[in-house]
Amino acid sequence: MDKNIENLIKNQSEFEKEFYKRNPPGAFEKLKARSVGIAGAGGLGSNIAVALVRSGVYNLYIADFDRIEASNLNRQQYNYEQIGMYKVDALRENLLKINPFININVFKVKLSPENISQIFGNADILLEAFDRADMKAMLAEEWFRITNKKYLVMGSGLAGTGSSDALKIEIYDKLVICGDQQTQACEANGLIAPRVAIVANMQANVSIELLLGGF
Amino acid sequence: MISVNENKLEWKNGLSVRDALNACKYSFPLVIVRVNGEHVSKADYDNYLIPDNAEVSVIHLMSGG
Repeated sequence: MDKNIENLIKNQSEFEKEFYKRNPPGAFEKLKARSVGIAGAGGLGSNIAVALVRSGVYNLYIADFDRIEASNLNRQQYNYEQIGMYKVDALRENLLKINPFININVFKVKLSPENISQIFGNADILLEAFDRADMKAMLAEEWFRITNKKYLVMGSGLAGTGSSDALKIEIYDKLVICGDQQTQACEANGLIAPRVAIVANMQANVSIELLLGGF
Repeated sequence: MISVNENKLEWKNGLSVRDALNACKYSFPLVIVRVNGEHVSKADYDNYLIPDNAEVSVIHLMSGG
């Protein structure tokens, strides 16, 4: 490794100064102090996590019980050699390659009303990143039973191709929905990298705005 | 009168969330209901009474992620 890069990494504050030099002024300092929960580490969750870490989020709680399959690689932030690994382990590995100084708490569990509060109770905001609609509904039900003060940012309607202009953000008090709210993931529609990543990044972007106090 | 998404619905005393969903023919089970921004739990659909002039949002959840 280049000596200059090695020295840079040895010095965390110098590294951070360089890393976040192009961020909006003051954003990194605020984001570093907050905690974010991500429910699911698939197409939405893995893309959300990458965007948040690149933005300066340092404290993450990520839960997913699934392992990586080849069919995930068309839209999820994993690589060929990670097939078979638990998604949260692979994601942790990939995120630490971006910034080795972040705190990532991973949970290899299926989320349910019994464990959501325990896992995400310390998060300042929760991002929903499930594939299945019934799990999305369960999470919303449980989150708003636990709190009416913290935001839940969901993804709904991201299947198929094109129609980028149909993707929108709707805000209902502490509930934010990103997506077209119409397209269902089925065989006819499918799921493809850019449309899933756009919605994931909409979720990440609105969350950063919320964490920075933009609402 | 209340609004349920883009629909207008005549308000009556004792109108529950369940009544409003039925009146608008929302039978899809995977929805989130908010009345004037407040989350209504599924368990409360029968006994949560909607006030007059309320804005009811019924959000349909789509699979995919």
